[in-house]
Parts: sequence; structure tokens; C-alpha cells
Amino acid sequence: MKVVLQNLTKKFPNRNKKEAGEVIAVNDFTFEIPDGKLIGLLGPSGCGKSTTLNLISGLQKPTSGKIFFGEDDVTGLPPEHRGIGLVFQNYALYPHLTVRQNIIFPLQNLKGKNKLTKEQMDEKALEIAKLVQIDGLMDRKPSELSGGQQQRVAIARALVKMPRVLLLDEPLSNLDARLRLQTREEIRRIQRETGITTVFVTHDQEEAMSISDMIVVMKDGIIQQIGAPQEVYDNPVNLFVAKFLGTPPISVFEGCVRAGKLYIGDDCIMDVAGIDDQDVYIGIRPEGFILDGDGPLCCDLKGVEVMGRDITIVSTHDGCMSDEIRSIISSDYKVSVNTDQVRFSLKPHKVHIFSKTTEMRLSGN
Amino acid sequence: MDNRNSKAWLYLLPAILFLGVFMVYPLVDVFIYSFEEGYNSASQTFFGYGIYNYSYVLHDPYFLQAVKNTLILVAITVPLSTGIALLISVGLSSIKKLRELFQTVYFLPYVTNTLAVGLVFMILFKKTAYSDGLVNLLLNLFGGSSVDFIDGPYWAKMFVLCFYTIWVVMPFKILILTSALASVKQDYYNAAKVDGTSRLRIFTRITLPMISPSLFYLVITGFIGAFKAYSDAVALFGVNLNAAGMNTIVGYVYDMLYGDSGGFPSYASAAAIILFAIVLTITCINLLISKKHVHY
Amino acid sequence: MTNQKDFEKIERAAARRKTVINAVIYILLGFWALMVLFPFYWMVLTSVKSYASYNSEYIPKFFTLSPTMQNYVDAFTAVPLGQYFLNTLVFTVATTAIMLIVIIPAAFAFARLQFRGKNVLFTLFLSLMMIPNELVVITNFVTITNLDLRNSFTGLILPSITSVFYIYLLKENFAQIPDELYYAAKVDGTSDFKYMLKVMIPICRPTIITVTILKVIECWNSYVWPRLITDNEAYYLVSNGIQEIRENGFGRENIPAMMAAVVVISVPLIVLFLIFRKKIMEGVARGGTKG
Repeated sequence: MKVVLQNLTKKFPNRNKKEAGEVIAVNDFTFEIPDGKLIGLLGPSGCGKSTTLNLISGLQKPTSGKIFFGEDDVTGLPPEHRGIGLVFQNYALYPHLTVRQNIIFPLQNLKGKNKLTKEQMDEKALEIAKLVQIDGLMDRKPSELSGGQQQRVAIARALVKMPRVLLLDEPLSNLDARLRLQTREEIRRIQRETGITTVFVTHDQEEAMSISDMIVVMKDGIIQQIGAPQEVYDNPVNLFVAKFLGTPPISVFEGCVRAGKLYIGDDCIMDVAGIDDQDVYIGIRPEGFILDGDGPLCCDLKGVEVMGRDITIVSTHDGCMSDEIRSIISSDYKVSVNTDQVRFSLKPHKVHIFSKTTEMRLSGN
Repeated sequence: MDNRNSKAWLYLLPAILFLGVFMVYPLVDVFIYSFEEGYNSASQTFFGYGIYNYSYVLHDPYFLQAVKNTLILVAITVPLSTGIALLISVGLSSIKKLRELFQTVYFLPYVTNTLAVGLVFMILFKKTAYSDGLVNLLLNLFGGSSVDFIDGPYWAKMFVLCFYTIWVVMPFKILILTSALASVKQDYYNAAKVDGTSRLRIFTRITLPMISPSLFYLVITGFIGAFKAYSDAVALFGVNLNAAGMNTIVGYVYDMLYGDSGGFPSYASAAAIILFAIVLTITCINLLISKKHVHY
Repeated sequence: MTNQKDFEKIERAAARRKTVINAVIYILLGFWALMVLFPFYWMVLTSVKSYASYNSEYIPKFFTLSPTMQNYVDAFTAVPLGQYFLNTLVFTVATTAIMLIVIIPAAFAFARLQFRGKNVLFTLFLSLMMIPNELVVITNFVTITNLDLRNSFTGLILPSITSVFYIYLLKENFAQIPDELYYAAKVDGTSDFKYMLKVMIPICRPTIITVTILKVIECWNSYVWPRLITDNEAYYLVSNGIQEIRENGFGRENIPAMMAAVVVISVPLIVLFLIFRKKIMEGVARGGTKG
């Protein structure tokens, strides 16, 4: 089932009643979620990603715009008629019911010709429990489960009635780091096995990048960029997207373009063709630095972190907008810690140039 | 160390003194009183010890009437007030507009003087030579005939007493239930809604189990409170409750102690202990039931 | 598209159901609000009707065009309502103040100090919470009578002071203050007493205010004990006063004047409630019982 959002807008009245006007949580969203894919809605908190999810689920009604499931316009349809499964951030498992009762709960709501016998329900519940690998815990109460197990029960409950679309709200945020890695693979696996179109919301870019087929980067209710994770990472459309994706984060410098050359301070670091002379922001990915004694970019060395596979060089530069520059190089290089300065040359495709006025990316030819 | 010990006791001394004199000693004393036969409050003498006081109280028609009245009052007001409070609280928690206003209004009876507002109820229900009273006029409007709710037939009086009791206990119950309902996370409701759960099923399968601790707390305190009913009845029917046939157990205790028929602390003690025994039994039963049915 | 038609039908049905349910809810809530407010309205209305016009209305009117303040004048002159008021004020203030002086150190000792027998004593205190007032009133009545304290403020106040529950409530609140604060104060050479006054009481002010308000409400409405212990009008509290007015009245069945007295008695607490609405409701939810 593909999901299409068309000019979707959601406004809230301002919470602070003294201030006039409205808060626009979701501003004119138009995009299509292809059938059977896993989509990550990504952005900092307050960017409207949870609101978008609630609009798709039907728990909130849009101010304007339309939502289609396949060819059906479901914009005004109450949630229970949409055929969605929803997993909440804190799971919302009913604490007084056992795992089995929790999973069966949605099935007991079915009426008329869809009504199931008790045996059918048990069978379905067990089947789905096996899929998420909690079939051994069926008679426990949620309070007797670990966070990861609760998460699986929540997914099982959302999946048991075979929804057309599965929605996950910050599915991993309540888990510890190790469990998070494991569970995100699990979500990926379950999504692949069931083939259900899945939308999940997260503020953690790594999480979104690692499992999504497509990510939607949002900020302040406006879509910044949509695309495959690698594609968005490699070609960010603006400074925000560039900064938001990637760990360690991209290093941003103030600089300028003069006659086809890119300057940071007085150092010309690169040739750029096709960009008019102007002041710019320069974003350099950590992996875009090459340790080079003759390189154009000269930084003050602060320290070196050896991480086994690779080395992080921490340095500072007057033109850099953050306190430190983190660059990752292969551990084949030997870095002498005894020097005060370190010089880099740069990989051109890891260097992104943004207009200082619009913060949009400038591309040469 | 000893110094610290004595200092701590110094902090506690006033509380211990007050509690000792006005709670612990009376508690012991009330049992002694209840077994002292033929106590004379003027000369403060008695014949001996025995269970005569209990036997007297249990055979006193006024006491039996009081027990009957109290039991009826409990049986009617506890379920009814809890039920209505639940209904109103659920309604309150499902609206946004005017909610605070309603909550404020509903709480008003809590801060009013039971005796004073009881008078208002009395004049609303009373039938006098001048007027049948507002309630009777309403009754007439719907084709009923006037009843004197204050000095008239037993069930009319009982109705007013129950009505007023419910009116008085409602604020507390609504308050407790609305805060219990508010503490049920919205996510549970959203989850149920997405799954297409009907309102009734959401209520019985999610809301009720989640607020069951508060509900049982209300039932237990409701029983205890209703068994101790007294000033509501005084407000409606005056201090001579025995004459009105509307006495309660607590009223009987006080009447035995003081007033026109007073001066019998031994009988009062016996009656108070019987009341305590009844309340204790009911509370224990309630707790046993709640253990079975209350979730977590 | 046939599907789309169905969807619209479902949408409309859902919207209709919502409207109906909402209407039912508002009617229900409005009805109960009316039930609550009507007695108040009636009491104010009756209190401004003149004696003559009230008694001439066989069918009571829902409004009056010639409100009079005469009843209020009567309430204060024909019966000693002012005296009742003053008595209640003295009783309430004294009882509440003494209670605070008694329970705060006790709660402090239980929460903060170490001493032998603490747990046993605290358990004893807790078990006292279950003792109903009716059981101890009898002996207290005899005690106060024997001490010749009937018809005196001392007799009224003394047995009304202690409340185990409030000690418990305060102790729980005191215990939430981190130990570090206490040790820091100790290092600075602060005495226990000063620590209680300067640190604990300010931090726990909300709870203390709650306890105070609850006790004030309790005192203002207390009826049973004052009735047992006073038979002299000079010591009547408002509850007993209103009962006295009801039994013996204004010489005749003067209901409007009676209602004026009821209004006067009810107003202070209602005003207090409207000012401290949030605090009172919060406090009652935590520690009130009535009903």
C-alpha cells in the first residue's frame, strides 16, 4: 500500500494565548511513500514529525491537504477504519493484561464477518509472536518484561491485524544503546518479512540512515530533503541537512569564493568552478580530510583519538564555526602528536559549499 | 547518643501528649466504659462489669432503628454516589471546553458547611402551611402529589437524606476519579482507537482496570463515611433525630452521651464499639474483594 | 469509486456519533452543575426576599424584583450571628496554629532525627489513623466535663488539635528533602531546630499550606464536638449557631433571615476556595476525606 501526502498542512492554535497566530506543525507536505518500503521521518524535536505520523494514523485531522492510502482518500477517515498499526514511543502496552491478551486485544474488536473464534485469535497471536520472537513470554505481564521485549510486544500488537501501513513513533528511544542496535535490525527484518509499508519517526539520524529505504528530513514543519539515505548524505541540499546527518558531524567553516577559488581565511583550499564570488559556508565531512604535510588547510592540533580501525584527529581552526574539527583518517597513517599544527588536503566530493545568505548548497559544474 | 535520643523525644512530646490524652487514653477508656454496668454520671459510680450495656443497646428500638437507617443509607448512597461520580468524571475528562468551570462548580459542596446548606435543602423539600415547597411543585408539575419530605413518610425522609448525602460526598469522589482518569496515559486510548476498539470496550477493558485502585479506595472510604453519617441528618431533620425516626448509629451514640436523653456514657460506648466493629468488618471484606479485583 | 463513497459514509457517521455523544456529555454535566448550584442560588435568592413576600408566595418565585438587605440586618441583630462568627474565627485560628506547632516538630523528628524506638512509635502513630473519632469522643466528653472545661475555648480547642494523618503527610514530605542538605547544614554548625525552621519549613511550604487549609475547612465546619461541649450561646460556633437558629429561630419561622445567616456562614469558605482553588483541590485529592 503506497501512502501519498498531498499539500498536507496542520496548524495548532498558539499555546501561549497572549501571542496571536498559529503554530504550523506541518507545512504543505507533498510526498509519496512507495509500497512496501521503510521510511524514516527525521528531524530535531519539534519539527513536526510526530504530527505527521498522527496525521497519517488519523489520530489528528489535517488543517488542509489530503492523505491517500493507495487510491483511497482517507483524509477524514477515523483511525480505526484506516487499517494501520501504530507503535507508541512508550509502547502503551496495557499493564493489566498479559502479553497474549495485549496482542489479541485488536482482534477482539473485529465485528461481523471478520469476527474470529478464540482459537483463531490464539493462533494468529502465536504466529505473530513467533515473528517478533516473544512466543515464550505470552503469559507475562508487561511489567515483567525488559524494554526490548516490551517493544516487540508492541510491534506484535500493531502487526497482528495485518495493517496496511505500520507506523512507529520513536521506536528505539526508550532502549539502551546496545539494545537499540539490535532492535533496529529486528525492525528491518520484520518489515522485510511482512512487506508492510512502514513509516517511523526518529530524531536520531544514525538510526534513520541505517535502516530506511528512504528518509525525509524535516525542520520546523518544512520538508528539507527526501531521498535514499546515502544520496541525502552525499548531496545535502542545504546547510541544515548537511549538519544534521553524519557522526561525527560535518565541520563548517566560514569562507569565500573569489575568482573560482575557495578560501578559508587567506588559504586557498580548493578550486571551484562555476560559483560566483561571494561569502560562503564550507562544510567538510570528517572523512573528507587527507593528512598531507603540503595540504592547504592548516589547523592547530588538539589531540588524537585512536579508535582501532581509524584515527580521529581533533583540531581547531579560527575559521571553523564550532570549537573543534573532527577528522577521521585511516589508522595506516601515523600521526605525530608532538607537532602543534597539522595540515590537510581535502577530497572535493566531501566538501559542500553553501550560500551564506540562503544556506542553500551551491554547486559548481 | 542519649542526648540525641532525648532531643528527638522533645520534638515529639507535644504530639505524644495530645494523642495520649485525647486518643490513646479514650480508646482504652471507651472499652472500660462499655463494660461498666449501671454507671451513674452524676456520682461516677457503677455496680460492676458485664455485657449488660451491649445487651441494652442491642435491644433498644432506637438503636435498631438507627442501625436500619444507617444500613439503608449506606446501601443506597455508596453505590449511587460512586456510580454517578464515575459517570460525571468520565464526562469531564472527555471534554475540553468549560472543564475547569465544571470542576470548580462540582467542588463547591466540599467547602460548604453541611449544617448550613442542609437548611437550604430543608426549605426546598419542606411542606409548610404557606407553601408546598419547590420540590413538591416540581412533583405536581409531573403529575405527582405533594409529600412532606421533612416531617412526612419514612421513605420520603430517607430519600431526602440519601439525596443530600450524595450531594455532599460527590465533590470528593469526582475529584479523586478525575485525577485518576487524568493519570491514564492518552497513548492507551490512542492505541485502542487505532485498533478500532468501541467506546464501551475501551471503558470496561482499559479505563476501569486502570482506575480500579482509586475506585476501590472510594468505595472503602465511602462505606466508612456513610456509616458515620450524622450531621447531614441533623441538618435536615433537627437535633431530635429519634423523634423523627431518622437517627443514625453515630447520632445514637451522641444522643446517649448528651442532650435530652443523654447521660449514659456506658451505652454510648457500647454503641460506638458496635459501630466500630461493623465498619471494621465491612472494610476488611472490601479489602479482601479489592485484592482480588484491583490491578497492580 | 465505490470505495470512496463508503469512506464518506463512515466519516459522516463518525462525525455524527461524536456530536451526539458530546451533546449527551454536556447535558449530563450541565445537569449536575445545576444540581450543585441551585441550592446556592436558592439560598441567596431567599435571603434577599422580604419576610412578607416570601411567606405570601405559595408558588415560590425564581427571582425577586425588590431585593432587601433587611434579612442580613436581622441575622446579625436578632440572633448573635456576629458572636458565632467571632467564636468560630478564634476557634479555627487557635486550633490550626496550635496544630501546626505540635505536628511540625513531630513530623520533623520522624523524618529527620534518629532515636531509639522510632519505628515502633511511628507504626503506633499510623495505627491511630484508623481510630474513628466516634470512639474517643465519649471519653473526651467526660474528661472535659470533669475538668470543668465545658463552655470554654480550651475545652473546644484541645481535643481538636491533633491529627495523625497530617503528621504522616508532613513526614512524607519532609523525608523527600535530600540528606545532603541536612549534612551540609550540620557541617555549617546549624542546630536541628534552626534547620527545621530555616530549611525544612520553607521547602515544604506547599504541603504546610495544604494542611493548614484542610484544617481550616475542618474547623469551620465542625459540629459534633462543639455541640457536645457547649450549651452556652456565647461559645457557639457557626454550625451550632445555625442549628440553634433552626430550632429556636428568630422567634418565628423567618426563613429569609435564616437563609441570610446561611449565606453569611458559607461565604468565607467559598471565597477561600475560589482564591486557593488549585491548592485546595490538590490538597484534598492527596489527603482529604469526606464521604
